[in-house]
Amino acid sequence: MTLAVIGTYAVALCLVVGAFFALVAAVGLLKLNDSMTRLHAPTKVGTVGIGALLLASMIHSYVFADGSLHELLIIAFLFVTAPISANFIAKVNIHKRACDMPPSPSQDDTWSTLNVPEADLEIEETGTDQPR
Amino acid sequence: MTLANEVMQWSLVAAFVCVALSQLGAMVRLVIGPSTGDRILALDTMVVNAIGLIVLLGVAQGTGIYFEASLIIAMLGFVSTVAYARFVLRGDIIE
Repeated sequence: MTLAVIGTYAVALCLVVGAFFALVAAVGLLKLNDSMTRLHAPTKVGTVGIGALLLASMIHSYVFADGSLHELLIIAFLFVTAPISANFIAKVNIHKRACDMPPSPSQDDTWSTLNVPEADLEIEETGTDQPR
Repeated sequence: MTLANEVMQWSLVAAFVCVALSQLGAMVRLVIGPSTGDRILALDTMVVNAIGLIVLLGVAQGTGIYFEASLIIAMLGFVSTVAYARFVLRGDIIE
């Protein structure tokens, strides 16, 4: 068993792992029944799923061609940005009151996520976009 | 070597099918999603799956020319997710 054969099997393993996590994300996105729990599943595919697919791409380029480490850039970028976008979506869920609300703060008036800017007060009160 | 190549080809097909199914599921959640956060999340998932599909295409064709496309889609996906969430949160993207 040469190194190329081991590399080919490693590519297949990474592809299967990445595809499995992509499928897990879709199933979680469709079957879970709350906005915050739905947020849980697709953030995994952003890191583990795409990370495994890009790892497969890197190993594939080393086995079948000259090889490149360019995909590390995409992995690093996704690993940095996935928690940030998940945090933003969680803040949107809290802002829209689509989940269990956090307890009110002890000293301030309200959480900044729930705070409505001055200019939007009449939109929030009279608009059709009422929170649930 | 032939058995290893065969296994890799079949796992490539399986990966294509799984990522495409995931893309369709995210699209279903985009249509039926009850709240705005679900729709933003579904769009984010669709962007991530699009990166996966492009990477799989690069592996299937054995080329590296799709790298820049997937990098640009990753950056645009993050910026668009943050912009959409920011618009919902503050009513404005750049204050």
